[in-house]
Amino acid sequence: MTRFGLGARPGEIGRVSHDPRGWLTAQIRPSGAPNPEGEAPDTATRMQQLLAYEGQPRPSRARPAAAPDGAMAPAEPEAPSADAQAMLDARRRQRRALVDQTGEEFLARADLAATTPDGFAERWALFWANALSVSSTNFRAATFIGQYEREAIRPHVFGRFEDMLVAAESHPAMLLYLDQVRSTGPDSPAGARRGGGLNENLAREILELHTVGADGGFTQADVTELARALTGWSIPLTANAERRLQGRRGRGPAEAASVAAPPATGGFQFRPAMHQPGARTIMGRTYAEGGFEQGEAILRDLAGRPETGRRLARRLAVHFVSDDPPPTLVDRLERAWSSSDGDLAAVARALVAAPEAWEPRPAKVKTPYEFMVSAHRALDTRPTRLRVLRLGLIQMGQPLFQPPSPEGWPDTAADWAGPDAMVKRLDWATEVGGAAGGREPEALAEGALGGRLSDRTRQFIARAESRAEGVALFLMSPEFQRR
Amino acid sequence: MTRLSIDRRRLLFGLSAGVSLTWAGQALAQSRGPRNKLIVIIARGAMDGLSVTAPYGDPDYAALRGSLAIAPPGQTDGALAMADGFGLHPSLSGLKALYDLGELRFAPATALPARIRSHFEAQDVLENGGESPRDQSDGWLNRALVAAGGGRLKGLSIGSQTPLILRGDAETSSWAPGGRVNGEDRIASLLQDLYVDDPMLQASLARGLETEAMAMAAGDGARVRRNDVSGLGEAVARLMTGDNGADVVALSVDGWDTHARQNGQMRARLEGLDQVIAGLRTGLGAQWPRTLVMVTTEFGRTARVNGTQGTDHGTATSLLLAGGALKPGGLIGDWPSLAANRLYEGRDLAPTLDVRGIFKGVLRDHLGVDRAALDATVFPDSRAEAPPVDGLV
Repeated sequence: MTRFGLGARPGEIGRVSHDPRGWLTAQIRPSGAPNPEGEAPDTATRMQQLLAYEGQPRPSRARPAAAPDGAMAPAEPEAPSADAQAMLDARRRQRRALVDQTGEEFLARADLAATTPDGFAERWALFWANALSVSSTNFRAATFIGQYEREAIRPHVFGRFEDMLVAAESHPAMLLYLDQVRSTGPDSPAGARRGGGLNENLAREILELHTVGADGGFTQADVTELARALTGWSIPLTANAERRLQGRRGRGPAEAASVAAPPATGGFQFRPAMHQPGARTIMGRTYAEGGFEQGEAILRDLAGRPETGRRLARRLAVHFVSDDPPPTLVDRLERAWSSSDGDLAAVARALVAAPEAWEPRPAKVKTPYEFMVSAHRALDTRPTRLRVLRLGLIQMGQPLFQPPSPEGWPDTAADWAGPDAMVKRLDWATEVGGAAGGREPEALAEGALGGRLSDRTRQFIARAESRAEGVALFLMSPEFQRR
Repeated sequence: MTRLSIDRRRLLFGLSAGVSLTWAGQALAQSRGPRNKLIVIIARGAMDGLSVTAPYGDPDYAALRGSLAIAPPGQTDGALAMADGFGLHPSLSGLKALYDLGELRFAPATALPARIRSHFEAQDVLENGGESPRDQSDGWLNRALVAAGGGRLKGLSIGSQTPLILRGDAETSSWAPGGRVNGEDRIASLLQDLYVDDPMLQASLARGLETEAMAMAAGDGARVRRNDVSGLGEAVARLMTGDNGADVVALSVDGWDTHARQNGQMRARLEGLDQVIAGLRTGLGAQWPRTLVMVTTEFGRTARVNGTQGTDHGTATSLLLAGGALKPGGLIGDWPSLAANRLYEGRDLAPTLDVRGIFKGVLRDHLGVDRAALDATVFPDSRAEAPPVDGLV
């Protein structure tokens, strides 16, 4: 339950131990991984909220910090009028509300992780969200991060990888995070009218991080070609931004032809007027001129390339089994990938069936999020306060929804168990121990670890000078820190 | 108490995307005497050298850069004048003051030995000291500590994760603001016993507690406030002073991947960088004359502005050296010019100097690392390709 899931809750080991493989495979459902509870708005609704915020008239002396497009501040800091101040306050409240909703989304996700009986499905979903990572370092991308996981990732985690890839790359969260929305074909009508040009960021990360990988054999020319193919993958904009995009004089052909592409989530908008005309050649294959479907066809091909399967098979093995996984395991996962044509349910079943994944000695150190969530499960508590969750994760080095780069969170013991990180884990465990009240630490340890609880740790817990110390020792024990 | 902690920690991720720091070494019982100090700042995300040390005197600069070009000195938001037609970005007023004291120099067109446009792979090469991403599994700064003689120099990284550059055989520590536990707490010593069969967790916790004790002794548990970047620099500097202080620190400053709307981002990031260095200088105090700060990044950015008022992944970029230990002098390496026929692949500033040459010059002349070790183990197979740059310190 620890290796594949998020740790055991009291009583769970007893229920699962007669057939652990059956417990795991039962969680592999074509509908994907369960969504967090709660009435979260969908992507289209969220887009309306963001546009409402960004479309608000701004007082002319607005502070630049609030400007989503990073516009410059006027030089003189004159005191704003009462009206302007009211506008500013309203804007600030709206922004705050958007940020708070993302926080609630995170809390809901942590609550799901702390309570779900399907720990494997949840870990599997977290893996894919991280493999196609979006970070909240960008405010506008952050607005959609919960919707991204719910709509682009979770429904597809036991489906075909290519479907998840297309859903992810066309989701506003990804388009905003990797600067795609304004990338313009130089020879497109919009490019010819107002200049502008390509932004290669998304194209590069698709090749390097989401599909074939840095050693997957692509060149700079492939990056540029993919960037050209993806021009026009965009989102709805505010009326003002829409006008700017179409040139200040507004004389060019209006973008009445813009249509939302049917297969993607709401909030996506394909803009034909920005799309670079012509056929594209990527990694030796040529794609006929086309609109959205041109980029989509390229993504589906990239998803199906053997380099993609190999890379993700290895990444899965590193995540679930070992920082330095046995090659036989990687081979097994890769074979499952290629023989099923990227069916992630088949890959998940191969992982569960692989003998290498059942090596008794735990080789991995839990990430801070897994550590916190598994502690909640062990203590049968729920994360109810976002502030507490946020603080702990920042201290331990994994701030919420905020991986350090498009590569996602790192995944080895050296990344998570450095000297400072261990100090911060101890801080947190001590706090949890103090708050655990009259809980019996040895019983908690047995419930969470079962047969993995070592005699040594049991002795240390038994000799603790207080229950609080016992709980902290249990949470910090090697067998609880590792999985 | 907890509120302060988050603020202090957030500061590490300050400048909206993040600052984190790193240092390396080992405590000795006896006095080790005064030692030189090296701080390596890694600007992650590919820092645009053409904005940091703006070549406003290059005839092609303004046209290539359009709205991103830094204006010549004297104009609104103009560059802070240096010699040879270069000027510092207007947000770098602290560094300009160092320049005027002869305590700042730069190499205008450095690059890694490998032409890579991926951040992650290029950062790996920058930190592993090899010629390709998987050449070496540990970091060159750690190997330099080993080569300097076991335990002579002490190192440490700031932030919860030890960066590759400091991973390796030499034991290093790490620290970030916000710690509360005391190494003398009962539970800390119990865990040392409980971890007897898990040497990795045991060593890691022991070093973390040792560093935390130093920070607490300096009072930094509560001192560094949110967005107080210079305060962070000072706190780090205090961990480098005293007999047991770190000698080698690597500090990461994140958020340089400016594909869109670059101007505003560069202002904020460079102000932060300027303040971190100012804080280090303040905190090091009497040690500053023995100190060298090096600012480096994985690669530069395209010579031309892109379609979204930003720049894409490029090749050569500038490297900064600051500190009281610096020997005054001019440009480090040549300026290749931005003429169309000189651009690398028609799009990037062309490299004129392998970064390893600078690293090796600094390690040899500032930290006393043996040349043979530099050529063979710290930067394997670099003897002919990247000889140490002379005369930096």
